[in-house]
Amino acid sequence: MLSRTWPAEGVTRVPYWVYQDEDIYRLEQERIWRGDTWNYLCLEAELPEPKSFVTTFVGDMPVVVARGPDGALHAWENRCAHRGALVCMQPRGKAERFSCIYHNWTYDHAGNLTNVAFRRGIGGKGGMPAQAKPESQAPKKLRVESVNGLVFGTLSRDVSSLETYISPQIMTRLRRVLKKPLKVLGVYTQVLPNNWKLYMDNVKDTYHASLLHLFFTRFRINRLTQGGGVFVSPDGAHHCTYTEMIEDKGDAYEKDGMRSAGSQAFSLENPEVLEQVDEFGDRVSIQILSLFPGFVLHQIRNSLAARQVVPKGVERTELHWTLFGFADDDEAMTRRRLLQGNLVGPAGYISMEDGAATGFVQRGVAGSPDRASVIEMGGSVIGSGDSRITETAVRGLWKAWRGYMKV
Amino acid sequence: MNLQHEVERLHARYAHALDSDRLEDWPSFFTENGRYRITTAENEARGLPMPVLYAEGRAMMRDRIQSLRHANIYEPQRYRHMISAVLVEETSGQIATSIANFLVVRVMQDGDTMIFASGRYLDRVALGAMQYEERVVICDSRRFDTLLAIPL
Repeated sequence: MLSRTWPAEGVTRVPYWVYQDEDIYRLEQERIWRGDTWNYLCLEAELPEPKSFVTTFVGDMPVVVARGPDGALHAWENRCAHRGALVCMQPRGKAERFSCIYHNWTYDHAGNLTNVAFRRGIGGKGGMPAQAKPESQAPKKLRVESVNGLVFGTLSRDVSSLETYISPQIMTRLRRVLKKPLKVLGVYTQVLPNNWKLYMDNVKDTYHASLLHLFFTRFRINRLTQGGGVFVSPDGAHHCTYTEMIEDKGDAYEKDGMRSAGSQAFSLENPEVLEQVDEFGDRVSIQILSLFPGFVLHQIRNSLAARQVVPKGVERTELHWTLFGFADDDEAMTRRRLLQGNLVGPAGYISMEDGAATGFVQRGVAGSPDRASVIEMGGSVIGSGDSRITETAVRGLWKAWRGYMKV
Repeated sequence: MNLQHEVERLHARYAHALDSDRLEDWPSFFTENGRYRITTAENEARGLPMPVLYAEGRAMMRDRIQSLRHANIYEPQRYRHMISAVLVEETSGQIATSIANFLVVRVMQDGDTMIFASGRYLDRVALGAMQYEERVVICDSRRFDTLLAIPL
């Protein structure tokens, strides 16, 4: 009954079956996550020394990221060649080698199968025939590249280099933030009750921020009347939006009776949580950057974080937050970043609503796989511009998604 | 024994205030410059200082509650705190330290009920006033379902 035909309006409509269909989810794993995309794996700062490792995901696929004894980065599927068990159980650490607990098959840092327990049997009895080729089912190896301390991997042989994939304009915005060696300050996971694409929709939606997040608007952190802009990569896949620090003295929200304008009676007794130092020297207070399919880099005042989107079924998504600073931050800057931790994450003054809003969409559309959302702010344009009262980056996401999915 | 009883009563009053939506009372459980921090066992073990939620002094706590009441959007929900295994140590005449287990059940408006958080409270209690000088909430899990609005 389900029609998988895209609505005739094209880029200004997104049909709701994209968030509901099990077949779509499975196809996404193959064509997007395991397809011709670069996927964020971890920060280089999480792999400080040779033989360090972390475990992560590319879509549903578990992945080990490790540095070899020579310091080179490797990533490989966390699946034993023998029976398919997880090879590495620990989330992070240092290891001489990786041994599957099931039958002790052993791998090196690059994911090569180096030993099969009792391969030749014992005392001439048992073991594998000489012609057996267990290596034929070895864990898949990912191509790995890193830029400015971010590590990415892909199963694709065809996808271009990471920087070409990201595109020059978005690379410039990424480099703007990641200008020095990083230091991890904390991690946590936010579990979202919705399809992964609803979260990416939300991140790319420059129109919602000051309407949903009263905290932004009331304290004039991000209003659509403030200076700013949006960049979209030529293929639509990646985006970056920013807001300038210049104070907005207007009353556009108050005049239009926006809920988010809030009450004048509500003010902060201790505004230290909002105090920003212009550490990049360009008077940008917020920059949100997303890379297809599931990576977000944020600068919200002096709060910096990488967010990794990990789909966990059609209606469940994990958001793995890694909050960081720079290795050379002084005590005052670290304190500032910790205080501004209150702005982001599951308890964040300006991010807690995103989990709620996207869950509301998942629940709201339950009866309407045949209907579509209306994405016409800014017309049907997909491209960069200086207005954020647009859904240009959301349309870009769907242009890219349809390209990969061939629907 | 008396000190044990007093500290347990403080924990109980704190839990009842949050669970019955008397959020405006929350800052009054702390000294004027009291600190409140939610973190995870993983971050504590790795020595990572970033909190999930942090307030330094009652003013920041009042800001948090004001924001929950007037700025943040979240589905109506209640908590039920279970607090147990309270161990109290007096470290000086002025301060008692306490460790206690907690389990927080979250009940949504449609009745959906889940174990939202489990963990430990590490407290420094100012005696006399019987207020928290510091309450560190260490969640066992690094995962938070949807959002964390009401303090734990």
